[in-house]
Amino acid sequence: MPSIRQNDSSDLLPDFRNLAVIARVLVAVNAIALAGAIYAVPNVRGAIERFIEDAAFLEPLLFIEITVLFILSRQLGRLSYAAGCVASVAIVAVLAAGYEAGVASLSKTTAMTFRGALFAAVLAAVLLGYFRLFVKAYSPALAEARLQALQSRIRPHFLFNSLNVVLALIRRDPKRAERTLEDLADLFRSLMGDARDFVRLSDEITLLERYAEIEQLRLGERLRITWELDAAPSDALLPPLILQPLLENAVYHGVEPSTEVGDVLVRIERRGDRVLARIENATIEAGAERPGNRMAMENIRERLALFFDAEARMDVRVQHGRYRVEIEIPYLTQARRAA
Amino acid sequence: MTLRIFIADDEGPARERIRELLQDIAAEMPTEIVGEARHGLEAIELVPKSRAQVLLLDIEMPGMRGLEVARHLAGLENGPAVVFITAHDKHAVEAFELNALDYLLKPVRATRLAAALKKASSAGAPAEERLAGAQSEAREYLSVTERHRIVLVPVRDIVFLRAEQKYVTLRTRNRTHLIEEPLITLESEFAKRFIRIHRNCLVAREAIRGFERAAPSADEPHWLVVLEGIEERLPVSRRQWPLLRELVADQK
Repeated sequence: MPSIRQNDSSDLLPDFRNLAVIARVLVAVNAIALAGAIYAVPNVRGAIERFIEDAAFLEPLLFIEITVLFILSRQLGRLSYAAGCVASVAIVAVLAAGYEAGVASLSKTTAMTFRGALFAAVLAAVLLGYFRLFVKAYSPALAEARLQALQSRIRPHFLFNSLNVVLALIRRDPKRAERTLEDLADLFRSLMGDARDFVRLSDEITLLERYAEIEQLRLGERLRITWELDAAPSDALLPPLILQPLLENAVYHGVEPSTEVGDVLVRIERRGDRVLARIENATIEAGAERPGNRMAMENIRERLALFFDAEARMDVRVQHGRYRVEIEIPYLTQARRAA
Repeated sequence: MTLRIFIADDEGPARERIRELLQDIAAEMPTEIVGEARHGLEAIELVPKSRAQVLLLDIEMPGMRGLEVARHLAGLENGPAVVFITAHDKHAVEAFELNALDYLLKPVRATRLAAALKKASSAGAPAEERLAGAQSEAREYLSVTERHRIVLVPVRDIVFLRAEQKYVTLRTRNRTHLIEEPLITLESEFAKRFIRIHRNCLVAREAIRGFERAAPSADEPHWLVVLEGIEERLPVSRRQWPLLRELVADQK
């Protein structure tokens, strides 16, 4: 199973296709150029002019470097960590030397190819070191996020009410009671599972259905869920327990506090390179709302960020009497990850 | 003697479970179910006529939450004793303990249920003060108790509350009711919604449309509140005027 375990990932090259990685590289290189300009020119105005001049030279090179790394990222990823680092640094240095020579021949100045290459190589090495540290620094956060995920996931209210449902079923419909206990067991198994491993969307959907079945028993006709899953890519990978808490929220805030029938919509679909999930419920009239929604939402947002950095999106919107949560993540599959 | 029981819980299986348990303990504690409700408002409607002696009341119900249901029922003559039921609400449990109210945890055990019923049958209806003490949030309704009926008035419909001798007059756009609660406790419970304009009067903030000077014939010049949907103008006391003027200035 692919995962974001620290032991694996701290010894992995940064993903050069990840937007956040690219953004960090851009910011870091420009910051260093700015610092260099300030150091070289004593007054602020001069320093800024110098920086702009440097940037005009630097920026095209930077884009070339990033593009090449982007294209080669898969090949680089297949090397061992050390070899990958050496290769990346070498690519950067060679490109810098070539660029330096090119610019020099165009502007008819003396090329400082070696200096340029060395500078680029040192910078690249420093950045690789930074990314390694960055991942290491994040790993305790992973452990904590996992704990948090666990604690905020088991809504005691749900556990005790579900047990009560089972108790009510045992005499009248023992078969149903057995099945409900099995559903509960599955739910809790995944609640207590390793929150760092990706899961398949099809498994996550099964979990949603198990959960929905328990709630249906408890709330009867008050709960009406519409499933729109025909376009759901069952092989997509996603972090565990991203969807179930959203459905639980919809039931807890949108159905339980209402005396009317509560409609909930679950729609999951693939759109090109992205997977979109939407969970929607009717909002409750003012006064009857329940508190305590933000924690769960923050928790999900944080875990999406840990798994996908800037490439996942989560949107919460209240509109036309509907409360809508939308999640968009990259379409990952086991096959695509292995490629 | 058979104990008359009313069950209020929004979940069908939960009501069923209670029925089963009552059967199980029938030898020790004979009971008869005189009514069931699926949400808070239904309980308010059905309990008064049911002549129930004990109300088993889930606290997490739609429509109206359990504690508020109990508060409105507390005004009944020969109202039922109340045993609250909760799956898990730490705050509610603490409040029950603090105010000596009986409660059971879900899933309920037969022995606990029998003990609670035994206790409740001799205790009678809980005092309003203890219920009020246990409820942390403001009520959504005020109620007027008639002999076998409880009339609920949504707090958001109330335009003003005015103390008159023993009673407080409660005015909505189309009706007037008399309630027996002191103005001062209403003021602190609904501080977010109402503002005091006079020693004897609270007005809904959102109903205030503006102010008018009183007729010059009055002894002292003073101001009157103009209210949305109501002809009557209410006098502002001199003491409250600066506060109100600021409030209006803030809105503009």
